[in-house]
Amino acid sequence: MPKVEVQNLSKEYAGRQVLKDMTFSVQSGELFVLVGPNGAGKTTLLRILDLLDEPTSGKILLDGEIVNYSAKNKAALRRKIGMVFQQTVLFNMSVFDNVAYPLKVRNESERNIEQMVKKTLELVQLNGFERKNALALSGGEAQRVAIAQALVIEPELLLLDEPTANLDPRNVSIVEEVLSYVNRERKTTIVMTTHNMFQAENLADRLAFLNEGKIELMGTFQEISGKLSGPVKSFARMENVFHGFSKITAEGTSIVDIGGGLQIEAAFNKVGNVTLHVPPEDIILSVRPLISSARNTFEGKITQISDMGHVVKLKVNVGANKNFTVQITKRSFNEMQLNIDSKVYIAFKASSVQIK
Amino acid sequence: MFEDNFWQEILNITLLSLRVSGTAVLIGALIGIPVGALLGLKQFKGKRAVMRFADIMLKSIINTFMGLPPVFVGLIVYLLLTASGPLGWLGLLYTPTAMIITQLIMVVPIIIGVTMSAVGSVEKSIREKALSLGATETQAAWLVLKEARMGVLTSIIAAFGAAISEVGGIMITGGNIRWWTRTLTTAIVIETELGDFTMALTLGAILLSMAFIINLALTIVQLKEARR
Repeated sequence: MPKVEVQNLSKEYAGRQVLKDMTFSVQSGELFVLVGPNGAGKTTLLRILDLLDEPTSGKILLDGEIVNYSAKNKAALRRKIGMVFQQTVLFNMSVFDNVAYPLKVRNESERNIEQMVKKTLELVQLNGFERKNALALSGGEAQRVAIAQALVIEPELLLLDEPTANLDPRNVSIVEEVLSYVNRERKTTIVMTTHNMFQAENLADRLAFLNEGKIELMGTFQEISGKLSGPVKSFARMENVFHGFSKITAEGTSIVDIGGGLQIEAAFNKVGNVTLHVPPEDIILSVRPLISSARNTFEGKITQISDMGHVVKLKVNVGANKNFTVQITKRSFNEMQLNIDSKVYIAFKASSVQIK
Repeated sequence: MFEDNFWQEILNITLLSLRVSGTAVLIGALIGIPVGALLGLKQFKGKRAVMRFADIMLKSIINTFMGLPPVFVGLIVYLLLTASGPLGWLGLLYTPTAMIITQLIMVVPIIIGVTMSAVGSVEKSIREKALSLGATETQAAWLVLKEARMGVLTSIIAAFGAAISEVGGIMITGGNIRWWTRTLTTAIVIETELGDFTMALTLGAILLSMAFIINLALTIVQLKEARR
C-alpha cells in the first residue's frame, strides 16, 4: 500500500494557483525527491503533506486513509510524521532539550528520552553537543539538530525541505548519509525537495520534476533523464556541466581545469577528474567587469536568448567552445538591454559549484 | 557634615520610589503579561477586512496608551479619587496607593504592547515547528511563550524604567507630601524650587544610577537576544 497518495491536489494562495491538479503516490519505504525551480510549489506541497496547510481541492491519503483536518486527527497523524523545514528553527534551549521536545510532548518516560536522544545525536554526529545552547550552533550543526528533532520519534514518514541548501560539503555529506541510513535501515519513507540534481540522482528511488505547480515528469533517474526539456532541463544538470581535472589550492578550495585555458574554483577539496554543475540561477550577469567576492568570473558573449515567462535564460559563450546558461529575471533583462552578441561578464561563488 | 535627618529622608524617599514603582510594575505584569501573550498568540490573522481593521485599531490603541502622558493619567486618577469624585469615598487621594494606581495605568499598556510584539514575532515559526514535532496547540502556545521570555523581561524592565522616572502623574495624585508621598522625582522638583541643590543633586544621582542599572539590564537582555 502506498504511504502517501496525493489525488488531484490544488492549492491557492492569495489568488495564485500554487499547485495545480497534482496526482502522485509515494510507496512505503521509498525515497522520493521533488526537484524544481524556486516557486514551483515544492514547499507548499511539503507543508500540505505535514498537514500545516489544507488543500484548496483534492485530497491526501496517508496509509490509505483520507486525511481529515480536525485538530485531533491532525495531531494523531503528525505523530507519525517528521518534518525538517527549509528555514532552520530551533528553540532557545540546549541541544538535548531541543531533540527531547518531540518525545516530551508525546509523554515518553525520562529514561526513554535519555536513550533516544543519545542515539539520535550519535546518528547526526552531534554527540557531545547535548549541553550547548542550540542557538549558538553553526548553520550545519543547527540543521543536523533539526534533522535529529524530526528523526528522534522514528517517524514513518520523513519530510525534508531543501535539507542541504546553504550547507558546506562536509555537512551535506553527513546529512545525505543520515537520510540514506534511515531510509535503508529503518525503512522510513522520505519525501524531500532539493535543487541539487546530483543529490537527487544519488539519493532518490524516484523523482518528480515540479514546475509552476505541476509535475512535469516522474520516475527513476534513468527513466526520465532522456526526456527532459524546457525549464526543468537545467535542474537535470543538462546545462552548465563541465568535466575537468581538479587540484587543491592553498586555501583548501579546488581549481578545476575545464579545458581551453578555463578554470573554475570550487569550495571542495578533491584531486582528480570531476564533473561539475553550476546552477544557472546562481550566476550573476553584468554588462561591466565585476568587482565582487565571487571567486569565478568570466567574460563572454550572448549566443542565445530564451524567454521563459518571468525569467530569461541566456547562453553565454566564454570562449573555447564553453557555454554557461544564465538565468535572470525578465525585468533585469529589459533593464540591461541585452541582445545576441552583447558582451557580458558572469560571476559565481566557489560555493555554488556542485560536484558529482 | 550632613545631619542624620538628611540621609534618613533620602533613604525614605528612595524606598518609597522603589515601593510605588515596584508594586505598580508587579501588578502591571500580572495583568499585562497574560493579556499581551493572549493578543500575541491570537493574532487577528483572518483574511476578512473586518479582522484586519480590528487588528490595526487594537495595535494603534495599545501604541497610543504606551505613550500615555503621565500628567494626563494623574489628572484622571485625581478626578476619580478626589473627595467629590466617584471613588472619593475610598479616601485614597494623596496616598502611596493613589500613586501606585497612577503608575499602574501607565505601565500596563507598556507591558501588554512589548509582550504582544515579542510573542507575535516568534509565534508563527515556533508554533508551526512545535505542531510539526507533534505538540498539541496548548503545548505549542506554551513553547511560544517560553521562547518569548526575553521579550517579556524587556517589557518589565522598560515599564519599571518608565515608572521610576515618572513625575507628573504621582505629583498630582500623591501630592508630594514630605515623609509620606515624596518620591525621588517629586522631591527633586520641590528641592529645586526651594533652592536646596545638595538634596536635589543627591536624589538626582540616585535616580541616574537606577536608570543606568535598568539600561544595563536592558542592554544585556538585548545582547542575549541578538545572538539568536
